[in-house]
Amino acid sequence: MTPKKKSPELFAEWRSGSTVRNLLKTISGEIIAIKRPIRIMEVCGTHTMTLHRAGLKPLLREAGVEMVSGPGCPVCITPDYYHEAIINLVTSQKNILAATFGDMTRVPTARGSLQTTVPFPGSEIKIVYSPEEALELAGKNPGKEVIFFGAGFETTIPAIAHTVKKAAEKKLTNFSLLAALWLIPPAIEAILKSGEVAIDGFIYPGHVSAVIGQKAYTFVAEKFGVPGAIAGFEPADVLLGVLSVSRQIRNGRPEVSNEYRRVVRTDGNPLALTLMAEMLQPFAADWRGLGRIQNSGLKLKPAWKEYDATTRFDLKLKPSRSHISGCRCGDVLKGLIGPLDCPLFARACNPDHPLGPCMVSYEGACLIEYKYSSGEKKK
Amino acid sequence: MCLAVPGKVVSLEGDGTGKVDYLGTTVLANLSLLPEVKVGDWVIVHAGFAISRLDRTEARRTLKLFKELEKLNLSD
Repeated sequence: MTPKKKSPELFAEWRSGSTVRNLLKTISGEIIAIKRPIRIMEVCGTHTMTLHRAGLKPLLREAGVEMVSGPGCPVCITPDYYHEAIINLVTSQKNILAATFGDMTRVPTARGSLQTTVPFPGSEIKIVYSPEEALELAGKNPGKEVIFFGAGFETTIPAIAHTVKKAAEKKLTNFSLLAALWLIPPAIEAILKSGEVAIDGFIYPGHVSAVIGQKAYTFVAEKFGVPGAIAGFEPADVLLGVLSVSRQIRNGRPEVSNEYRRVVRTDGNPLALTLMAEMLQPFAADWRGLGRIQNSGLKLKPAWKEYDATTRFDLKLKPSRSHISGCRCGDVLKGLIGPLDCPLFARACNPDHPLGPCMVSYEGACLIEYKYSSGEKKK
Repeated sequence: MCLAVPGKVVSLEGDGTGKVDYLGTTVLANLSLLPEVKVGDWVIVHAGFAISRLDRTEARRTLKLFKELEKLNLSD
């Protein structure tokens, strides 16, 4: 380490070629001892990104590890009918300001997308980078009803809950939340219960785990006997996770290992968890691809109902029959197929003209595959 | 989308927020979920909120593990 580098222990070494090669070699040794190839699901879309960007997928395949993308993209798993509800509102009423994250505006539905829809005169759609930015818009636009359409997992949920609380403290009565908030452990359980995909182990999302902690996944090892490891997002982080899962398979001792100890504590972030429990309650939520899963979504508790856009505007959140024909985003999210198996991929569906959310979101498996694949289907 | 890189806290603004530096780019982050954070700490920020403080001792432990793996692979 040269003194010129700023705190290299915090990331540089996790990207070093020799570290990556050593880890791959060690993983390969484990697979030889297991005597069969293994399949691991990386639940989080940012892990999918790391695997592609660092070119790890083919190297792992060579070592005998097949990586399968999971449902870890909140934009992707949010059902169309959430988008349709906010599109209906902003196109039919005046003085609505719908604020959401950038990739949410591009999700195509049978009613178009927030990006292509034409708001009612006096209403508008704005892209924000954080929930607090949406709250600022409410402060600056007292004549408008600001609705934050927030999609996220446990990583984002505390930020959204905190923002609603702040709205109440500031007595901002023109701010509300359309919550598309999803919980990772119930989705993992649903995947395991469905038994549709053969998975030998999981790489758990690093930053969701920073909030919920290590114990949240205990059931995967204890109830289902499936190994797993929490991993960070640098190339060597992901490989450490894969190595741990391989070792657990070889030893026949499934557990929840934490390979991202510099960021993830055993109990997560207690303040964030307390805030979530104080303001939100679980319900049986619909996930694109996975269907309805018990206790897998969070919504505001009745005490906060004036900040809940669904009650405030009587939004109908019901499964719609319309869907884009041919898009297999749901099967990609389940790990049933890879993006290349979809007949629309890189043909009718591409980043300039996405037909489903998996091609829209930066965490979407299809967009990531499109960006980093060798181009055999990109003609 | 998770930002993998940690940022360094360069100032506390007194209202529960602080400035976080990403190798030259500074952003304002809400620190209220990590009240123990001090200037000089490295943090993970998500959707404008710091959610975890980096434990440098653990980081060094992992680096030691990388060195051990290197030795193991050299001795094969």
